[in-house]
Amino acid sequence: MSTSTGTDRSTTSNEPSTMLDPLVPRAPAQGAQEPSRLHVDAATIGYDKRIVSERLSVAIPDQSFTVIVGPNACGKSTLLRGLSRLLKPSEGHVILDGADISSYKTKEVARRVGLLPQTAIAPDGITVADLVARGRYPYQGMLRQWTKTDEEAVLRAMEAAAVTDLSGQLVDELSGGQRQRVWVAMALAQHTDILLLDEPTTFLDITHQVELMELFTDLNHVGHTLVAVLHDLNHAARFGTHLIAMKDGAVVAEGAPSEIVTAELVEEVFGLRCLVVPDPVAGTPHVVPLGRDRDRP
Amino acid sequence: MTTRGVSTSTRSSRATRSPEVRRVDFGRRVVVVRRGWVAMRFEWRSVIVCTAVAVAVVVMSVLALTTGSYQISVSQVVSALTGGETGLVHDIVVEWRLPRIAAALVFGSALGVSGAIFQSMLRNPLADPGIIGFSQGSYTGALIVILVVNGSYLQLVGGAVLGGMATAVLVYVLAYRRGVQGFRLIIVGIGVSAMLGSLNTWLMLKASLEQAMAAAAWGAGSLNGVSWDQVAIGGTVIGALLLPAGILSGPMRQMELGDDAAASLGVRVAATRLALVVVGVALTATVTAASGPIAFISLVAPQIARRLARTAGITLVPAAFVGALLCLTADYIAQHIAPTPLPVGIVTVVLGGGYLGWLLFTEARRRL
Repeated sequence: MSTSTGTDRSTTSNEPSTMLDPLVPRAPAQGAQEPSRLHVDAATIGYDKRIVSERLSVAIPDQSFTVIVGPNACGKSTLLRGLSRLLKPSEGHVILDGADISSYKTKEVARRVGLLPQTAIAPDGITVADLVARGRYPYQGMLRQWTKTDEEAVLRAMEAAAVTDLSGQLVDELSGGQRQRVWVAMALAQHTDILLLDEPTTFLDITHQVELMELFTDLNHVGHTLVAVLHDLNHAARFGTHLIAMKDGAVVAEGAPSEIVTAELVEEVFGLRCLVVPDPVAGTPHVVPLGRDRDRP
Repeated sequence: MTTRGVSTSTRSSRATRSPEVRRVDFGRRVVVVRRGWVAMRFEWRSVIVCTAVAVAVVVMSVLALTTGSYQISVSQVVSALTGGETGLVHDIVVEWRLPRIAAALVFGSALGVSGAIFQSMLRNPLADPGIIGFSQGSYTGALIVILVVNGSYLQLVGGAVLGGMATAVLVYVLAYRRGVQGFRLIIVGIGVSAMLGSLNTWLMLKASLEQAMAAAAWGAGSLNGVSWDQVAIGGTVIGALLLPAGILSGPMRQMELGDDAAASLGVRVAATRLALVVVGVALTATVTAASGPIAFISLVAPQIARRLARTAGITLVPAAFVGALLCLTADYIAQHIAPTPLPVGIVTVVLGGGYLGWLLFTEARRRL
């Protein structure tokens, strides 16, 4: 897996053992008791007049790879927009490092929380390195646009996302999987501890999906707190360390995937009858839809 | 493996240097300037293009200073510019031809920057203040001042700026539906532009012959009889607008990544967009007020600049240089190459019309 990193993070090292054991009882501990730099406190979030989530409270555990799952229009992307300050709650607060996120300067938030949105556009004729370098914006000023620190950060981000070899190529000419890794590199160049990812694997084939999820796992292991909205429950359960299941704008369950992913939960959240079996490789919960009776032999 | 002889490749130089001077490979040559508090990165090709365009501007300026119904030698021009000539030569060079050249350069660069702002912001090469109605609106404002109020030059400037701003607000409001999307704004702008066009025609029909002729001459977009006063006023306003444009160019480039990406990278998206609209409209309106609408430079200059410099997205500085050169060249053609002296606006319409046709053709094909 990932190369040994000098920093020792004992807080995360015990998580895989609980994840691997499907017999661990549902832990009473809720997110609120774990340390959390980013959390939502009784916030009402929505667009114009349409409220999506009312009095929502949820915490992102530090150093976790949190995955938000739920059916379409359940408010998971809206929650991510709230966490990244793209949407301001009409009531309640989003708290970042102990203060309301809206009280920070825009660039200060950008130095602490990064976001990989679904809607990102690569300008025509931009090269990979140029795009990754755009991630340095929160640190730049009128006359300080390319310091040695900027250059070093861009090099490291490209190495971490394995796009160094693509450095001088045009983004337009890359494959979907490569392009998504370039966007991840841009977010890494932003050098934030917390990274939010809005459906990062959508439109990728399965190989590139897994590759990207493994990249996220590596980033998580070197200390990034990741929050991803995902559609694939099995990927969420296999790669995530903390799961938030949402329905109708509210959190239905949260916790380690091995603790909360059950057939009852999937049926409650998605309305899908299924069987939950241990993933034959990782041992994490694996959701198998039962489907219609007449389709089964 | 020996790579003898290819000492220029980054890979081999990386091996010889110490590890901390690793350089990012941008796929194109970049110039990095790091001195004290300044740390900038320029694309080599943009620097070359801007220099080449600047040289071409100087050549065109010399050509425009020497040619005309009264031919003046280069040495006479030089001595007139350094104060060595009096009388007719001095008047022609310093009082007639020079302000006209200065106006072409200042207005051309303003139009180039204005076009670049809108094309970058709306992420569409068709987004041009002329096409989306802001120039028509400025013209309407100016017409009202000329025909209804019969006002002074300063009032005309005010009328044109107000007309342009009001049109921008109107187009923005009509195109607004949970935020403004580029293509919808362009379509709405074209519609508003057509309506303002008929309003302008109606205003002309109601005017007296004398007023209508003055308005029509102004409306073609001409640098005829531009005085130092007009250049000074226009230049001051444009200079005051180019400063915020330069400050906004950083966040503008980030916004090309999409609103969400820009916001999460620390750009105040709504405030930046508003500031960009105000600066862009004000630039176009100022030029329109001073010379009448000079069409298509704002449309063409950013795209030519982008193709020459091969930059990612739209950049302001090359667009300003190309805009200046285009305006100067078009005015030279209007004065000296056309069979009869024409307003510069006619020449740019002819040149830009062809480009617009090609652009519409390729855009339509790309979207279908």
